[in-house]
Amino acid sequence: MREAMATLARLQARSKAVGQQYYFRNSVVDVFRKKENDAAVKIQNWFRGCRVRAYIRHLHRAAIIVQKWWRSYLSRQHYQLVVKLAYYTMKMNLYNEMAVRIQRRWRGYKIRKYCFDYFYLKEYLRAVTETNDAIRDALEEFAEMKEREEKKAALEREEKKRDYQARKMHYLLSTKQIPGIYNSPFRKDPDPWELRLQKAKPLTHQRPRVKQKHSISLTSWLACTSNRSFPRSEILPPINRKQCQGPFRDIAEVLEQRYKPLEPTLREAEPINELKEAREDLRRQEWIRNVNDNMFLPFSSYHKNEKYVPSMHSSSKYGPNSYGCQRFRDENPKKWICPKEKETRSNMDHKNKGQVNTSLIFM
Amino acid sequence: MSQRQVLQVFEQYQKARTHFVQMVAELATRPQNIETLQNAGVMSLLRPLLLDVVPTIQQTAALALGRLANYNDDLAEAVVKGDILPQLVYSLAEQNRFYKKAAAFVLRAVGKHSPQLAQAIVDCGALDTLVICLEDFDPGVKEAAAWALGYIARHNAELSQAVVDAGAVPLLVLCIQEPEVALKRIAASALSDISKHSPELAQTVVDAGAIAHLAQMILNPDAKLKRQILSALSQIAKHSVDLAEMVVEAEIFPVVLTCLKDKDEYVKKNASTLIREIAKHTPELSQLIVNAGGVAAVIDCIGSCKGNIRLPGIMMLGYVAAHSENLAMAVIISKGVPQLSLCLSEEPEDHIKAAAAWALGQIGRHTPEHARAVAVTNTLPVLLSLYMSTESSEDLQVKSKKAIKSILQKCTYLPALEPFLYDAPPNILKHVVGQFSKVLPHDSKARRLFVTSGGLKKVQEIKAEPGSLLQEYINSINNCYPEEIVRYYSPGYSETLLQRVDSYQPLAN
Repeated sequence: MREAMATLARLQARSKAVGQQYYFRNSVVDVFRKKENDAAVKIQNWFRGCRVRAYIRHLHRAAIIVQKWWRSYLSRQHYQLVVKLAYYTMKMNLYNEMAVRIQRRWRGYKIRKYCFDYFYLKEYLRAVTETNDAIRDALEEFAEMKEREEKKAALEREEKKRDYQARKMHYLLSTKQIPGIYNSPFRKDPDPWELRLQKAKPLTHQRPRVKQKHSISLTSWLACTSNRSFPRSEILPPINRKQCQGPFRDIAEVLEQRYKPLEPTLREAEPINELKEAREDLRRQEWIRNVNDNMFLPFSSYHKNEKYVPSMHSSSKYGPNSYGCQRFRDENPKKWICPKEKETRSNMDHKNKGQVNTSLIFM
Repeated sequence: MSQRQVLQVFEQYQKARTHFVQMVAELATRPQNIETLQNAGVMSLLRPLLLDVVPTIQQTAALALGRLANYNDDLAEAVVKGDILPQLVYSLAEQNRFYKKAAAFVLRAVGKHSPQLAQAIVDCGALDTLVICLEDFDPGVKEAAAWALGYIARHNAELSQAVVDAGAVPLLVLCIQEPEVALKRIAASALSDISKHSPELAQTVVDAGAIAHLAQMILNPDAKLKRQILSALSQIAKHSVDLAEMVVEAEIFPVVLTCLKDKDEYVKKNASTLIREIAKHTPELSQLIVNAGGVAAVIDCIGSCKGNIRLPGIMMLGYVAAHSENLAMAVIISKGVPQLSLCLSEEPEDHIKAAAAWALGQIGRHTPEHARAVAVTNTLPVLLSLYMSTESSEDLQVKSKKAIKSILQKCTYLPALEPFLYDAPPNILKHVVGQFSKVLPHDSKARRLFVTSGGLKKVQEIKAEPGSLLQEYINSINNCYPEEIVRYYSPGYSETLLQRVDSYQPLAN
């Protein structure tokens, strides 16, 4: 026990120093410890960080892979759509192109065959010029021939007149004894009248002329058969035509096909803006036909430059009067004779209606 | 003895009456005597002589009355008022052919003046008797009756209808087939007068089979007959498409074209009237005429006559060209445009000029080729001068304006448009500038020519309201050229340049 107490006393004596030593050594050690702790923390820190980073990196990589695969999957889908679309567009472009070609050909054909044939027009105009020239020549010939005939007729008339005169004056012929007035001895050769008188037969006494009946000759100008008349239309082809020998199709079929009329679809035949086009056409026709472009103005335009006179309702300062069935009748209850309110029309109407309906039913 | 003396008195009286009536008839042939005769009261003296015993006196009295009534309408009214007509009508039915001729002459002379007098004749029942006269054997009587009926039917549709109701038309058609030329003439003229009023009357005439006979006689050498025939056919054809087609079916083409070369002016006029009446209805009929070479014949006919004779031919060309552009092209290649522009410049009368302007407008309005064909002949300045001149009538002004507008809207022939920039009034200038603005952006040579000829300068000088169509056209023309050129030609450019010179400070060296 004493030893224990001695130790205790000794320990107590040393406790302070021990305490100090302890404290001192702990503090020194503490610094090292702290340092070491810090170092350890740092190392652990770093290590943990590395570990986490490695983990994160791993996760990253995994995520990247997943995303990569997912995105590639999406893009491939998208790409397939794009490819489909591009393919589709390409095909549609091709079809459009081909359709345009067909339509171009068809429209050209249709216009040229059914609506307007340029070459036919050219041919037609050439034919018209030829006909015109032919007609002009024929008419010239006709006019010349008429003139010649007239001249000939005039000459013949003259000739006849002179002949008649010579026949009347035949007694002026010269005889052997007496030279006639036209056969003067001083002339070299006799006057042409002398010769005419020689040729003329003296007139006989007038015999009663038998009146010739007017007869209508069938070969008169009525038949238009002379050379002067214009040629008639050509002979029509024979009705029964023999089929030509050889591998030919039936001519009726061929003609039917060649001159087949156009059978347009409804869309072509009646275009959607047909009404508008028809209106435009009508307007153009009217513009061509009308000599005067001013439309007939209605009489209301006379009042166009009149000043506007507002009505009394809007111009009075008292404003519009209240209006309606309620105001038509002047109600003055004080003037009423019977005390209770007069039946209004609507009540009466209901009553009457009921009566009327029943009467109708009985009828 | 005394019997002879008594008879002698009667003979003298008869001689006196005969002499009187013959002298009056002779005097009535001269117009200067008629006043005196009227004042002497010849009507009241002639009236009892119509009822005379002696037929010669009756006939001569009727002849004298006819001549008097022929002269003027007062005398004709006096005849009507003097109640002479019923007596005439009554004796028309009974007497011999000379009297019938004279009585029909009186009716004709009275009926020709006015519709009221003709109505008076119809009211006293003359139509039936006249129609009976048409069946007579003597051609002179038929002629006189047909003439009277023709003059009555001439006035208006009701009188024509009355004549038709009396059954005159089949008899007139029979008269046409008679051999006498004078009768044919009168019958054709009567048919023409009947059918001119309305389509129904024309249809009645056609139903009686008139067209075939009329068409056969077109080649008859007599000029007056041809006039009447052509006039009758044109009056029938003018009413409707069906009637015109019926006339064409009678194969008058190309025979009718020979009538266009006739010496007689009125035959030419009536022939071109007939062709015009046929051509105006439908494009098919015009095409038929073109195919038969009618256009060339009409153009030659226009070239060979003057004045009013040309008018139906000019109108015919206008109608043909109006139907479609192919027909207008046919008119152009038949050399119609130079002829029409000749008519336009040389004719003195306004209505013929108006017709020529209208026809040119119809030809040139279809496509740029047509407008070019019209513009090349230098007619546009003539049309413009007619539009702007104060002496032209309103009708001529309106028609030439319409023609100019319709041709300008299609004209791309720039040399013809250039003079318009200088002379035209603003409403036409708008179209001209519009045409330039359509052509210039596409044609480089035209642009160059436009600048060198001074057109660009003129366009810059035009004042236009901003936002108006004219301003848009001017802008589009200006856009065809580089800015320097536009600025160079704009008015007042020299002033702006000089101002810049004034304000320029030379660099100090």
